[in-house]
Amino acid sequence: MTPEAEFHQRDRDIHPPAFTPVYKTSALRSPRIPLWSLQNSLSEVTGPIFSPEELGPLDNDLVLNYAKQGEAIGEQTIVHGYILDGNGQAVPNTLVEVWQANAGGRYRHRNDTYIAPIDPNFGGCGRMLTDERGYYFFRTIKPGAYPFRNRINSWRPAHIHFSVFGSGFAQRLITQMYFEGDPLIPHDSIIATIPDKSAADRLTARLDLNASRPLECLAYRFDIVLRGRRQTLFENRLHGG
Amino acid sequence: MTPTPFIPSYLPETPSQTAGPYVHIGLIPAQAGFEIFENNFSGNIAGPDVAGQRVTIEGRIFDGAGHVTKDMLVETWQANAAGRYNHPADTQNKSLDRGFRGWARTGTDFVTGIYSIRTIKPGSVAGRRGRKAMAPHINFWLASRGINIGLATRMYFGDEAQANSDDPVLNIIEQPERRKTLIAPRSERNGEVLYTFDIYLQGDRETVFFDV
Repeated sequence: MTPEAEFHQRDRDIHPPAFTPVYKTSALRSPRIPLWSLQNSLSEVTGPIFSPEELGPLDNDLVLNYAKQGEAIGEQTIVHGYILDGNGQAVPNTLVEVWQANAGGRYRHRNDTYIAPIDPNFGGCGRMLTDERGYYFFRTIKPGAYPFRNRINSWRPAHIHFSVFGSGFAQRLITQMYFEGDPLIPHDSIIATIPDKSAADRLTARLDLNASRPLECLAYRFDIVLRGRRQTLFENRLHGG
Repeated sequence: MTPTPFIPSYLPETPSQTAGPYVHIGLIPAQAGFEIFENNFSGNIAGPDVAGQRVTIEGRIFDGAGHVTKDMLVETWQANAAGRYNHPADTQNKSLDRGFRGWARTGTDFVTGIYSIRTIKPGSVAGRRGRKAMAPHINFWLASRGINIGLATRMYFGDEAQANSDDPVLNIIEQPERRKTLIAPRSERNGEVLYTFDIYLQGDRETVFFDV
């Protein structure tokens, strides 16, 4: 393993700490002993690689990928952006997976009992690989807000969950994307776990009128930054062959 | 003329958020209760052509009150039987097993809380520059409701006592007692080799988690 393959140390101040009383479920699921700092070995700088043949043609179209008798109900929305690393370099050919509630705020999940109905034509998940420029896009239905059991009257703003791999397992990241202008954002206990307000704000996707389809659907832009390696040249070699 | 100072500027990482209670929809939809994709990722990664000893890794994940968690996402990443990762950054002179990606994904069961990975036992991998080789191990990554940022740990094999005692990562853990939280005992069940790896998120037996 060359030194260039190593990742920069993760800036933990950007992220929520493990124990965040504002989000009650974290209380019993947060390690209390400090994490052991582990300098990168091959186990951390490598990670799974996925190929386009593993995905289906509709996997990134949530409007159609679970359509049974018709299209999913709700505001059709495009979400798009770039996956970059800390050096500003594109992260190409990486797997991006998304999941979300339907337009009424209900998840297609056996444990969700919210009053909003299941949409028979909406599954609520999609996946795609970034292209050579680190670009991804998918079409979906704008999800609804919904309540959850935290405080008596806690509501989640509309959001889409993202899972991203990067080129090494130490870049693995799960996060959530919010929609610009949602009045529930300042009241959300999950966003509030992030102590750095400017970091939290980066999770809000901006309306992108230029990327919308006139008379059809709006678009939101959401870029994701993963940790960078010590040398960006390495990335090019890595993906170039 | 004064030289222009070099001020490196890096983009800050996107902050993590909890995977939430419905992580299964996106990552293991069959467990959420529906079929959507033609091709699904799974926790059974030892295909018929993969070299190596078949093993099952099984365990439960306990919260700080001792309850078994039943909504946890479990991902593992490992080398092949020769001790090489299927990734271009691994340039060790060892054989590559093209049919073995080395990555598994599953969830803890909604009823029993048990997770199960069917894979092969990895070989020993070179250590960080100048360090001893690492004992065979599997990298774990956990995400769920209540976990704000994914938790990284490693599982070592209980029948590799000598390799484990020489392992450069286990040895950076200051208290020898805590190293044991990463070592899974071996047993056999109906002819299959089983390693039991229980994880404790918090409490007296808290598992060692790494900042990688």
